[in-house]
Formats: sequence, structure tokens, C-alpha cells
Amino acid sequence: MTTKSQAVLDWIDARFPLTSTIKGHLTEYYAPKNFNFWYFFGSLALLVLVIQIVTGIFLVMHYKPDASLNASGVPVAFASVEYIMRDVPGGWIIRYMHSTGASAFFIVVYLHMFRGLLYGSYRKPRELIWIFGTLIFLALMAEAFMGYLLPWGQMSFWGAQVIVNLFSAIPVIGPDLSVVIRGDFVVSDATLNRFFSFHVIAVPLILIGLVAAHIVALHEVGSNNPDGVEIKKKKGADGHPLDGIPFHPYYTVKDIVGVVGFLIVFSFIVFFAPEGGGYFLEFNNFIPADPLKTPPHIAPVWYFTPFYSILRAVTYPLLGIDAKFWGVVAMGAAVVIIAFLPWLDRSPVKSIRYKGGLFKAILVVFVICFFILGYLGVLPPTPGRTLVSQICSVIYFGFFLLMPWYSKIDKCKPEPDRVTG
Amino acid sequence: MKKLLSALLFAPLLALASGPELHLDKAPVSTDPAALQNGAKIFVNYCLNCHGASYMRYNRLQEIGLSEQMIKDNLMFTADKIGEPMRIAMQRDEAKVFFGAAPPDLTVISRSRASEFGSGADWLYTYLRSFYRDESRPTGWNNVIFENVGMPHVLYELQGEQVAKVEQKDDGHGNKVKEITLEQGKPGKLSKEEYDKATADLVSYLVWMGEPMAEKRKSIGTGVIAFLSLLFVLSYLLKKNFWKDIH
Repeated sequence: MTTKSQAVLDWIDARFPLTSTIKGHLTEYYAPKNFNFWYFFGSLALLVLVIQIVTGIFLVMHYKPDASLNASGVPVAFASVEYIMRDVPGGWIIRYMHSTGASAFFIVVYLHMFRGLLYGSYRKPRELIWIFGTLIFLALMAEAFMGYLLPWGQMSFWGAQVIVNLFSAIPVIGPDLSVVIRGDFVVSDATLNRFFSFHVIAVPLILIGLVAAHIVALHEVGSNNPDGVEIKKKKGADGHPLDGIPFHPYYTVKDIVGVVGFLIVFSFIVFFAPEGGGYFLEFNNFIPADPLKTPPHIAPVWYFTPFYSILRAVTYPLLGIDAKFWGVVAMGAAVVIIAFLPWLDRSPVKSIRYKGGLFKAILVVFVICFFILGYLGVLPPTPGRTLVSQICSVIYFGFFLLMPWYSKIDKCKPEPDRVTG
Repeated sequence: MKKLLSALLFAPLLALASGPELHLDKAPVSTDPAALQNGAKIFVNYCLNCHGASYMRYNRLQEIGLSEQMIKDNLMFTADKIGEPMRIAMQRDEAKVFFGAAPPDLTVISRSRASEFGSGADWLYTYLRSFYRDESRPTGWNNVIFENVGMPHVLYELQGEQVAKVEQKDDGHGNKVKEITLEQGKPGKLSKEEYDKATADLVSYLVWMGEPMAEKRKSIGTGVIAFLSLLFVLSYLLKKNFWKDIH
């Protein structure tokens, strides 16, 4: 480095921790050398967050959160989305990136969470990282739900109607609470505007804050790895972990491969199947919202369907309160229970590589149930389907609540001292 | 364990069977400019009186090979400027009185009509060929796949009349279902084949209008993916080179 630029850097470093931050988080942050395919999804989630924010900024320039009808009798909000798709140069590509990005976010985050399950990434000392992660997932669900109202199509409108009505099932405060959420007695222009405000400002701020906390906490304790052993326990003469390598350049160049691979899949959807077969952009949402015409079948977008199935699976009233309320409780519990994993898992080992057959079998059943719940959530309910979703819901909660027991009696293999590559 | 697994895997299949099925004919959608131009002509003459296409501007028709002059002379009946969208003069509240429901805007109709039974084009293609005479309806028309539809058969002069034969059939689950078969009654200006071709052109136009940038989107996509594939190879080689000392 020339003396002049060194002088500039010194000037900054005397006033702001630039060099030390870069060292602490990149060039001298030691990550285990044995990360596999599953470890791409953290950086990819960050990439999708950036895609959503950048495309979102441009969408807001032409989108209008207005439920009133224009001269042709179409809601202004719906028409403004079509305006972006047709009349704004490059608007369609930005919009498809944003709509595909919403689904991509959940795909990447679900895989990222599953990685945590596989390798016990939530175990001590990473409990706080996991809790921040669960909160990110919750914020993401709120963000997606409110964003979905904005195009003001039939599914936007009726999906919001159904979900907000659920809050009215809460005893005593429910009816007032649902009015506060909607800003009106029905989903209306007031609802559209407050959801817009939350979607564009409030929730993204919370998300960015939580993501920062997630990463700072991670870099404080260091990353887990597919073997689930702590690399900090074996340090070399230089004081660095023997199985650790600096994040930059090793994992920056590796993550570039992951990013490009992801972008190839992402581009396939954006350019060749932006509707995602009716799952990423629901067909009914090409019809403007009509408060007088209830669609025969209201399905939430795919990423909510496992939890929606759990909600619908509860059909018994309890303690004199409507079954709908207990459905809401079950759905909320299904998300919140994820945060308790660090204390539910009593296994002597972290990684699935050294866990016994019992845990592996239970995990397989859990994943199958999660898929079945997701699948049933897009279909209208029948008695047969409700029964299946009830069985799967019980298994979903059983996976978590019985974990203290089965993780203890599982026959685990001994962990190695060092990572195995 | 295995038993439980297979029970869980197959249970949803059993739970699936329900709901009325919709049999749709596969629409021969074309991107050929001649077909799209013919479809645009039919659309403007037959549809654009009651239905608007309020996000679609006339000058965009240049993308299917028409000149500004041709659009102005042949296709613009209700607008003065070529940059205007395809609006209609009929008011929505009047339309509601006339037909019982305001006719929907058709700009993105081909996208909204898709379902698990077929694409939006399939639905439209089947719908436009499924009108039949029904004197019990205020318009005198009914439709096989859209029962008691408010829309009369506006392509009547092209297709002529179809007569319905209604049969009560067993659906195999012990339920009675109405099965309607159509027969040609009074003939129209076009033969059956010509009418199928005309509706196919109209549907092709509606599909094009639903997403006019669809072809451009795909061609850009091909370039993007070619670029990314190359970048993938380079980034992989870069990673391999950086990692050669890590064992």
C-alpha cells in the first residue's frame, strides 16, 4: 500500500473501526474448513434480502397503495402493478424479481433452518443466534403476508381477510384487535395503506436489525460445522483454530460459486416461469380485489401452508372458546417452538453424522409431515384431509416436545476431536 | 416404521379425490403475427364493446407487426390517441344492470383463468366454443363450462347456434352429474374448423396481451442464463485455485 493511502486509512482507523471490523468479520474471522453444500444458504438468504430491498425501492417508485377505483373501474393499486409490468421500462423484470424473491427467500430460509437441524447449529453456545434466527423467520412471515396484500388481487384481499379474521377469535380483545390491524371493519384502503407502511418501512428495519444481530452473534462464538465439533478447542501455535480458515478469501470465493448457482435457478424462474406454476403468483391474483365476490377456494401462498394446515387441523373447541382460537394458538406455537430447540435437544452430540438411527428416522418422518402439511394447506379441506393434517400436526409437535426424551436415549457415535472434512 | 412411513406417504393421495372436474380443450396458442393480428381484429370488433383492456395501449399493437396507421384506421373505434389504453364507453354500473355483473377487464384474463385443469388459454378456448341456446336465460344463451353466464354469445354470427343435449350420468362415486353434449344447430358464417381457428387466434391474442413482453422475457432469459453459466465455470475455477492448499 502506498504511504498516501495508508495515511488515509490511518486517519479513518483513528476515528472509526474500519480495519478491525474487516479483520474481525472477514480476513481474520476463522470459519471451519469443512462447510458443505448446506452452508451456502446463509449467505444466499442475505443475497435475497438485498435483492428484495433493492427491487422494492424501485417498485415503490411506481406502485400506488390506493384501493379506490380508477376511471376504468379497476382499483388503482392493482392497475399500478400492471402499469409497472407494462409501461415502466424494465418494470416487469424488477417486479418478477421481487415476486420470485419472496418465494426464494422462504426456500433459502427453510433450507438454512434445516441445516441447523441437521448439524445441531442451535446447540450451546449458539442459542442466541438461533433465537435471533427464529425472530427473523417470524418477521419474514409478517413481511411476506403484508406484502402479499399490496397487488390488491382477489387472493391478496381474501387471504388478508381470512388471516386478520383469525385474530378476532382471541377472547376479549380479539374483535378490537382485528379492527386495529385492519384500521377498518373490513379489509379496505386503510388496511392497504398500513400494510404498505409496515411492508416498506417497519418490518424491513426490524429484519435488518435482526440479521445484523444474527451475524454479530455468530461471529462472536464462531460457526458450527457438519461435524458439530468446536474448532476453537484445537488451536495452533499462531493462536488460530487448526481447522479454521479465514472467511475471506476462502469463503468469499466459495460463496460466489453458490451465489452464481443460485442466480441460475432464480433466473430460470424469473425469465421462464415467473408464475411458478401458480404457486409464486397465484392465478386468482390476476383478478382485482372484489369485496363482494368471495373466491370458492382461498389458499395462502405456499410458504405459509404448513402452518396454515396446523391452524385448520384444530377443530375442537376447548374451555368454551372457539376452535378457531386454538387453531391460531397452535399455528403460533408451531413457529415459536422452534426457538426452544437449544433446550429440547439433550443429545451428547450435535451433528446428525454422530447421532443414532432413532433421531435420523424421526427427522425423516418430521420432514415428510412438514411437506404433507404444506401440500394439504393449498387444498380445500375435506374430512379425510383434516384427519391427515391432524396426524401430521401431532407429529410436528411431537418432534419438538418428545426431543428431550428421544435425543437422550438415542445411541450416538463418539464425536471426533477434529473436523473430518 | 416402514408401515408408518408408507401410510403417511399415501394418505394424501386418498385425501385428494374431490371437487368437480373441468374438462378443457387444449388451446393451440400461436405467437405468429398473422394469427395475433387476426385475433386483435376479432377482439376489437367483438369484445371491446363491453369488455375493456384498460392496461393495454393501442400503440403496443405495433409489437405484433401493425403500423401506427393501420392501428388508427382499422382498430381504434373508441380512442383518439394511439397512446391511449383500450377503454370502453359503457359504464360499470350500467353494465351491472344489463348483464347482472360488470364484464371483467380482459387485459390479463388469460393469466387469471389458469387453474389445475389447464392454462388460462385452454379455459378461454373451451369457453368461447361452449355457448349453447338456452331460452330459460335472459340472454337466450348459456355455457357448458360457465353455467348461467351473464355474457351472451357475441360470436354467434360466426359460429351459429349450438344445441345442448343434457344427460344425467353417474360419476362413479354414486353422484348424479349433468353431462352436456353440444350439437351444431343453425349454422353461422364460419365452418366448425374456421370457427375453431378464429377462436384460437382470439385466444392467442388474449395470451399475448396478458403479457406482451413474454417473448422478450424468454430471449433475455436465455442470454442471462448463458452468461451466468459461464460465470459459474469461472467462479468455480477461482474457488478451486484459492482452495488448492486447504486439505
